[in-house]
Amino acid sequence: MNRRPMFLVCVLVFGFAFFYIPILSMMVYSFNASRLATVWGGFSVKWYISLFSNEQIVAAFWLSLKIAFISATFATILGTMAAIALVRFPKFRGRTLFSGLVNAPLIMPEVITGISALIFFILLAKLVGWPAQRGFATITLAHITFSMVFVTTIVQSRLQQSDRAIEEAAMDLGAKPWQVLWDITLPVISPAILSGWLLAFTISLDDVVITSFTTGPGNTTLPLLIWSKVKLGVTPDVNALATITVLVVGLGVIVAGIVMGRADRRRELDAQMAYRDNK
Amino acid sequence: MIGWFHRRGWSDIIIALPYLWLVVLFLIPFAIVVGISLSTRTVTAPPIGFGGDNPWVSLSSYARLFQDDLYLRAFFTSITNAFVAMILCLAIGYPMALGLTRVSRNWRNILLMLVILPFWTSFLLRVYAWMGLMSKNSWFNEMLRDSWNFLVPVNWAVTFVPMMYSNFAVVLVMVYTYLPFMILPLFASLERLDPVLDEAAFDLGSRPWQVFVDITLPQSIPGIIAGGLLVFIPAAGELVIPSLVGDTRAPMIGRVISDTFSSARDWPMAAAVAVVLLLLMVVPMMVYSHYQAKGGAR
Amino acid sequence: MEPFLRIEGVSKFFGQFQAVKDVSLTIAKGEIFSLLGGSGCGKTTLLRMLAGFETPSAGRIFLDGEDLADVPAYARPIHMMFQSYALFPHMTVAKNISYGLKYENMTPAQRKDRLREMLDLVQLTPYADRKPHQISGGQRQRVALARALARQPKLLLLDEPLAALDKKLREHTQFELMSIQARTGVTFIVVTHDQEEAMTLSDRIAVMDKGSVQQIGSPTAIYEYPNSRFVAGFIGSITTFAATVAALNGDQVRLHVADFGAEITARAIENLNVGQEVVLALRPEKLHISHDCTLEGNVIAGQVKDLAYFGKDSLYRIVLPSGALVSAHMVNASRGSGTRADWDDNVFLSFDPASAIVLPA
Repeated sequence: MNRRPMFLVCVLVFGFAFFYIPILSMMVYSFNASRLATVWGGFSVKWYISLFSNEQIVAAFWLSLKIAFISATFATILGTMAAIALVRFPKFRGRTLFSGLVNAPLIMPEVITGISALIFFILLAKLVGWPAQRGFATITLAHITFSMVFVTTIVQSRLQQSDRAIEEAAMDLGAKPWQVLWDITLPVISPAILSGWLLAFTISLDDVVITSFTTGPGNTTLPLLIWSKVKLGVTPDVNALATITVLVVGLGVIVAGIVMGRADRRRELDAQMAYRDNK
Repeated sequence: MIGWFHRRGWSDIIIALPYLWLVVLFLIPFAIVVGISLSTRTVTAPPIGFGGDNPWVSLSSYARLFQDDLYLRAFFTSITNAFVAMILCLAIGYPMALGLTRVSRNWRNILLMLVILPFWTSFLLRVYAWMGLMSKNSWFNEMLRDSWNFLVPVNWAVTFVPMMYSNFAVVLVMVYTYLPFMILPLFASLERLDPVLDEAAFDLGSRPWQVFVDITLPQSIPGIIAGGLLVFIPAAGELVIPSLVGDTRAPMIGRVISDTFSSARDWPMAAAVAVVLLLLMVVPMMVYSHYQAKGGAR
Repeated sequence: MEPFLRIEGVSKFFGQFQAVKDVSLTIAKGEIFSLLGGSGCGKTTLLRMLAGFETPSAGRIFLDGEDLADVPAYARPIHMMFQSYALFPHMTVAKNISYGLKYENMTPAQRKDRLREMLDLVQLTPYADRKPHQISGGQRQRVALARALARQPKLLLLDEPLAALDKKLREHTQFELMSIQARTGVTFIVVTHDQEEAMTLSDRIAVMDKGSVQQIGSPTAIYEYPNSRFVAGFIGSITTFAATVAALNGDQVRLHVADFGAEITARAIENLNVGQEVVLALRPEKLHISHDCTLEGNVIAGQVKDLAYFGKDSLYRIVLPSGALVSAHMVNASRGSGTRADWDDNVFLSFDPASAIVLPA
């Protein structure tokens, strides 16, 4: 019986061509000598040079990185707490509202999240005098808020899968509640926490809409800078930036894939050994 | 049962911190937006009026929303664009996901990584990549133009294919950027299916396409719904894509909210449109959770 | 006369690995035929080739005189009951059973009649509207059976039909399968790794090992007259000893067994020569244990090393002077332990010459 019809193979080939032709085209044109970004004018690396000598871009990049790092870290802490609360506490007052609050940002269009954050900060400044200026702090607060729920979603599903009995076993062996959390629960969900952090980091690094509403003068993140450049049309140095991004991310994903694949195999092996020893 | 959290202090902190955070930075801001949608526009800063000369609760923004062609058309454009993008994603993504379940394990991992990879690169840059391809003088546009001119009579010939700044461009780029959101849940639900069920259906006399219709398709409905929502919901509220490649004369609702708020400084109107948009999003969400609840009962 | 099913020199390669090696079989109409063997013996591959999920690398299969080579799975009058049952989880019991009729040229009334008949056959009429996850394992097994029978196949393939059931249910279901087979008259081919299942269900059994058929015969023939060490060991338990042919005497043979330090008499097999090395196999239940040293015939002295008391019977492990171990089964026919052998007792084992199995070395 044919489980791999030609049709499916064709669609796969077409689909991946659709995914990668635009990206490859962009990468090729980043080496274009012509100023017209869409007309080939010979090979050149001048856009890479102009990219790295552009202080505005370099500054925007560092700002984005800083915001992404801080907001991902806080989002991970808060998001993990929320996940633990939702999975391990079957009952507490206001639980329904809480789970609603955790899910709502996932379906909230970014424009609405952005505008409500902006209005909130404007009114807050009027009421208590803070934030006097929107910028680093307000962007970070907004990013934490909308990326923490993604962390919650990831950690929550991992927690639901994890075997409750091992926590009970640790308690049975005399571990105190916080020791169980530290010794058992967190290590078990650590891969999910790590991928939650990575997701929060990329979401923050990538965000345009919410940042554009919560930013203030002098605080231009990299996506905002690209946004303003791209609005005016296709520019060659953005091609160069895109190429670097794709290469760095591609390399990162490959390395992460190999490392995680190895860790997965290792874990699988460990689990198998434990199982066999139990028999 | 008693967990490691049985001590009061622990559970309180773990619940209260994220709870408070979301209430202050998500719920209250959104409640303010709902409040503003019921206020009156003024020339003060901030440009909203409550009480005093203005009524405490005014539905005028909502009334205007349903009378003004601009808003209704924007809603219509958004929903159609998002719907068409969703259907196209399904049409491309379903066979791709099915194909992914049929390749060898090693290939599957590599291809899955290739599906996810664009997702980790910048969203903005993925939109930008298509701007490059669709623009007048690109190799892609020239290729399309040449094949068009080759196929049609001479008097229909064009100097370039007009793709940019149209709903076509918006849908195309949305399909491109959201396709992974369709493929991944579909793959997850198709991968779980037992190939023995296909064999059983073959054995009972069904042709390959009948097996697909009778066995594979019905069992992948949860994946179709999840993928469809993951595409439809962000697509309907999309701001970046229509701003960059969309038709300015037929804006999508995200653009309208942003412009009404920032350029026109009509906060109550922007807030009212936002509230209606969110209500529209709740409908498909309820369909989804209904399905999930049904699945959970199994 | 042309046999109902003829498998002719069928082989199957997966890459370099040969899963099925030159298998030839014939099966008569209305038979229950078992393919018995351990995992990886090729029995499932053979079954999948009959169903049409795999194509033979060599050889041909004829059903009722028709070559099946070019008949796709969906067009074969052969249906299968899968090991996992493969019930469609999104369809009710009734939909599952009538699925095979969906693309048949039948009127709705005929379909309904057939469904009713099938539900009746497996006694599931009250469960027609349930989904597979709402019924018990035994009921699921019956749905799978009814679904496979609904299209009135010429041949029904059953892949480990009882493996997923618990022990109590298994016995009951065995008899039910046999009675359904008798009522429908459909030819059954059962794949199983469970020798007891094969013995009770089948008219004939093919024992398979490493891709080839080792022996074909009725359950009795296979159990009492195995033709190889593998078959003897796979079905029931045996203790084997190396032996040399000392003398031939008509249908009996005198064997010298080093472990016994004596000669014994056994039923001869074909092509034996004096001085030939052979294997003597003894089944535990064919041995008799007693304290009596005056027995005649095949008698071996030994000491009870171990015994396991099961209630209705006991299993002994007897150590011989040479150090070799023999298993022996005793039915506990009378109450009280006065006459029974106990730990460390010196005992005598005796057996009938006709019960001793001689196998080629």
